[in-house]
Amino acid sequence: MPSPTVIRRVFKPALFVLCAVPLLSVVWAAFEIGGASLGTNPVEKIQDTFGQWGLRLLVITLAVTPLRDWFGLPWLVQLRRMLGLFAFFYVVMHFLTWLLLDQGLYWSGILEDIAKRPFITIGFTALLLLVPLAVTSTNKMMRRLGKRWKSLHRSIYVICLLAVWHYYWQVKADTTEPLIYLAIVLVLLGWRAWQARPGRARTVLSRPVSNPEKHNLAANVTGNVSDNP
Amino acid sequence: TDLKAQRNAKYSLSDPPNSYEDITTYNNFYEFGLDKGAPAANSGRFKPAPWTVTVKGEAENTGTFAFEDLIKPHPIEERVYRLRCVEAWSMVIPWDGVPLAAALKQFKPTSKAKYVAFKTVYRPDEMPGQRGRSLQWPYVEGLRIDEAMHPLSFLAIGLYGRTLPNQNGAPLRLVTPWKYGFKGIKSIVEINFTQKQPPTTWNISAPHEYGFYANVNPKVDHPRWSQARERKIGSGLFGSRVPTLMFNGYEQEVASLYRGMDLKKYY
Repeated sequence: MPSPTVIRRVFKPALFVLCAVPLLSVVWAAFEIGGASLGTNPVEKIQDTFGQWGLRLLVITLAVTPLRDWFGLPWLVQLRRMLGLFAFFYVVMHFLTWLLLDQGLYWSGILEDIAKRPFITIGFTALLLLVPLAVTSTNKMMRRLGKRWKSLHRSIYVICLLAVWHYYWQVKADTTEPLIYLAIVLVLLGWRAWQARPGRARTVLSRPVSNPEKHNLAANVTGNVSDNP
Repeated sequence: TDLKAQRNAKYSLSDPPNSYEDITTYNNFYEFGLDKGAPAANSGRFKPAPWTVTVKGEAENTGTFAFEDLIKPHPIEERVYRLRCVEAWSMVIPWDGVPLAAALKQFKPTSKAKYVAFKTVYRPDEMPGQRGRSLQWPYVEGLRIDEAMHPLSFLAIGLYGRTLPNQNGAPLRLVTPWKYGFKGIKSIVEINFTQKQPPTTWNISAPHEYGFYANVNPKVDHPRWSQARERKIGSGLFGSRVPTLMFNGYEQEVASLYRGMDLKKYY
């Protein structure tokens, strides 16, 4: 297990840079640095890039707990908050691109789209559901919410399904890619359901924690994100 | 090769056309892949020559014709048309080709010919997209005979004065500028004059989303997105959407074809 210092000084900064790469790639392309280009339809390109990474990071965030248990990597959970916040960041950027660059703040069209187009309604709902998760991602909010924090953050399950559905519905003909995302999300959720089935010995919950004081918030619960108390 | 085309001013917009690069690198041609860049990237192996077109159905002069023999009798025109994709983006394209009516008349369709069906070539070894099942292959399209004979209907064999690139539907494709782009069937190998309305690929794929007529209509939305406004390709990062015009701006010319029809029903 890597030391807390390694996680704080190496893993987290590295992950931060990695998660920022899609944003940087868009900025580079927008300014045509090093021959990069946004192509013939730049607005569509930006919107798709942000949407893709929002979805990918949501699914990666959802994968943290299963990966931790499958591969015995308890420290993985300490990276989850950053992954979740980056997912939120890209979803917001995807939404803002649509609002500002695609629709050009044409409000009657925007409101009609949100109300009348199911795939936009679904995407917008997913975005709204993400807001409370982002807001309560601080240590202070975790402490304040106690056990309710975990129930609240379980809405990521629904959010991931909505996000995949949003993607599935906007594809014109080839649904292979959204179906791959759906399969991954279903595996990740199915594993959780299997773990939580009634009568199962709660081995995960009773796993010992190295430093209980540092994990004051129900630290040995599957969904611990209190990585930096 | 260069085509010696005369601009037909009557049927040409004064709007500045999109760049050759835009027109040849941003394509929907699922036979070569699903991304907009896939047709330009994957169509290098496609052989548009030699080419023949089989003509059949309700016409006197049926058979298989060489591409050159089909085109040669007619002077090549240049027409600058709007192209409106059902995905709500648009371009302005200087096509070179011949009026569809002139091409069809040489086959002498009979009075039984109420529709014209078109078919794209099926060559999975040259068209990687046809090895997948994103759509039913080969791609088929059709027009009512009066639509086909309308002076705006055009068979394009080039753009910007040059032979049509593979990704744009070489060697010949349909252009019906008042309809959504997917009506413009590419790499045509068969023309069939029929009594009944022929099946069309996108309609088979999603009947609630794509109708036989596919006329550009800002008042009839696609179920998943609005058709009221469009993004003009080439307008840059901050060029916002502009209102879509009825029949893509060709209302004066074509509205009479649909008089009395409920365009919400016949979308």
